[in-house]
Amino acid sequence: MTTIDQGALNGTRAGTSWRACRFSGLRIESSAEALIKVNAVAAVLFLALGGLMGLMVALTRWPAVQLLPAEWFYLVLTGHGANVLLFWIIFFEIAVLYFASAVILGSRLAAPKIAWFAFLLMVVGAVMANYAVLRGDSTVMFTSYPPMMASQWFYLSLIIFAVGALIAVFVFFATLVVAKNERTYDGSVPLVTFGAITAGIIAVFTLASGAIILIPTWLWSLGLITNIDTLMYKVVWWGMGHSSQQINVSAHVSIWYAIGAMVVGAKPLSEKVSRMAFFMYILFLQLASAHHILAEPGMSSSWKIVNTSYMMYLAVMGSMIHGLTVPGAIEAAQRRNGFTRGAFEWLTKAPWGNPAFAGMFLSLVMFGFIGGISGVVLGTEQLNVLMHNTIYVPGHFHGTVVAGTTLAFMAMTYLVVPLIFQRDILWPGLAKWQPFVFGIGAGGISLFMMGAGTLGVARRHWDMSLTDAAHAYEFPAAAYLMMGLNGISAIMAAVGGVMFIVIVVGSILAGPRLDQPGAKLTFPLHDKSREAVSEYGSHATLKLPGTLILVGIFFACFILYYFVNWKYLSELWLFN
Amino acid sequence: MAIHPPSNRLWWKEPIHGIELAWIVIAFLWGLFMFFFMIAWHFIGQQNLSNETYKIKPEVYAERVEAFAAEFQAVADDGTPLEEDGVPVVRPPVGGDAYILARLWEFWPILELKKGESYRIHLSSADWQHGFSLQPTNINISVHPGYEHIITLTPTESGSFGIVCNEFCGIGHHTMTGRIRIVD
Repeated sequence: MTTIDQGALNGTRAGTSWRACRFSGLRIESSAEALIKVNAVAAVLFLALGGLMGLMVALTRWPAVQLLPAEWFYLVLTGHGANVLLFWIIFFEIAVLYFASAVILGSRLAAPKIAWFAFLLMVVGAVMANYAVLRGDSTVMFTSYPPMMASQWFYLSLIIFAVGALIAVFVFFATLVVAKNERTYDGSVPLVTFGAITAGIIAVFTLASGAIILIPTWLWSLGLITNIDTLMYKVVWWGMGHSSQQINVSAHVSIWYAIGAMVVGAKPLSEKVSRMAFFMYILFLQLASAHHILAEPGMSSSWKIVNTSYMMYLAVMGSMIHGLTVPGAIEAAQRRNGFTRGAFEWLTKAPWGNPAFAGMFLSLVMFGFIGGISGVVLGTEQLNVLMHNTIYVPGHFHGTVVAGTTLAFMAMTYLVVPLIFQRDILWPGLAKWQPFVFGIGAGGISLFMMGAGTLGVARRHWDMSLTDAAHAYEFPAAAYLMMGLNGISAIMAAVGGVMFIVIVVGSILAGPRLDQPGAKLTFPLHDKSREAVSEYGSHATLKLPGTLILVGIFFACFILYYFVNWKYLSELWLFN
Repeated sequence: MAIHPPSNRLWWKEPIHGIELAWIVIAFLWGLFMFFFMIAWHFIGQQNLSNETYKIKPEVYAERVEAFAAEFQAVADDGTPLEEDGVPVVRPPVGGDAYILARLWEFWPILELKKGESYRIHLSSADWQHGFSLQPTNINISVHPGYEHIITLTPTESGSFGIVCNEFCGIGHHTMTGRIRIVD
């Protein structure tokens, strides 16, 4: 805390108003706080809308239910992708970037008026996109592959949203400069801010790719350009589409570290290693566009191999490192907190009743085991042919974006509401269960879709029974079972999502106010008894048996699943 | 803590803990293995997606497929042209070129191939992007208009196989199918 107190002396400037957080000691400037609030609220509203659309999609794909007619199914699926994958995620990420710069560094937000303008653009873009989709003439899926054309409003809305987000990212960078110049912190930026900078750098690349491809596509929809090359579109579009998921990875890994720090007092095992792992993301994650081009004609195998592996899997190495250092830091902190018995007392006695911790740890485990392993397998040049465009693909990215990112963002929200909105969490008993209900639902969605995809079920497809098709084809009964279980999991995730939105919106509107003197916080933000007191960085005495066992299990699953898929591939028809 | 600046200002000079270092080495080596295994499969494996691709105008491709289907139309013993579900069955010569046209909303025509023989399968689209998903073998390849993709395919089992479109192609997407027959 001392560094931040020192900052307080230098960091004040006329025209800004500040308050000190009574619980965390953080100094918070009012415009940063307001912008974090509005971005977080917008994020949650688009999560509600996109989540509802997702539930309708899953219930339509449950063959026994088939909720929506075909036309509506494709329309709602387009809206689902845009609302959750773009709007929920990026609004929340902007809130995270402002938090990781202004709040954590104890700085004022640079250029608040420009930040408000960016927010306005993003809202206009997001609302316009929903308008374009709901009009019914932009049912082109989130990816909008040409030559299928959406209305001009669809492309224009995404461009406006991307420009707004890009401006917000530059406000984040400017805030870092302000904090450095006004010396609000001492030494290097904290690890969480470092991770947020990683997310910000990747965001610039991502949003620029989006602009490069969406502007010509918009001109094409206006009739000013005659042709958009389908392959070029995919390569550049996925520079946005996949790389934007790497913003999520950087952001939610930062959140894992932040929640570990705020809830159990975890410190990074080694600053150097954790920062190097983030740096690997900056260098290599952008190559991931290739993950979507592996089954396409027209690209060479060497291009595919280098790009799909993020240059020899160096970015995967980054994630595997975080997979050790995040639970390792928590284990080390818990052992310092006195939970030293056996290999796993640190984990069994962890604050599972705190939804911030529970959500964070479930996110960590499911991102690694479900999203991570399936992602590497799916992104292997030859193995991709086994699952390209099957429902395995949405299975994989619901493991990363829903069970990983969304769950981590939800967990973070339980800390943002008391810290930024200064409201206590209503219904802590309900909040305690929320991460488990949502997490198990999200994990189920991912696994069952992956299972159905392994049996060949197509993604973005209204009728797996192919009733109206010219040539009948019958998928195995197991595939129908998987899609039914996927529907049940989606209901569970939706219940968890509704719990989250009710708790958060209720707390923001009617939670006990924490900004009056003497107001008591009943929600377990940070248990003081768990405060880690000692230094540990590179202690020779450091023992992490529980983490080593977890990582060992993970690695064994990874190798096994990887080779099982090669075995499947080797049994296919021969082609070259 | 991760939300505070590193307590040691010279954090980059701290030694790396043995556990972390070991895991970094393992992760790096595993990455190298996976990288080189993709390359190795081009030499030891028999399932590698071809990169042979030509640019072609969709209408030119459609004409070629029509000509191919007319030339190699399969006929029954009584001399009548063979059809299935109203779609002609075509028997390309063993080792020769065979064409599949993806269009709204069908894969056309039906190919009849011999098990264990190789064929040069041409894939392209007449209109939008489509997804060639051969079931239940589960081979999935994207199909673009304007790009003619040639894959040398050797079926290893006989029977009737479905092609399901797995790239969204409009309101009739879920009715888009095709068929390949493999005979002994």
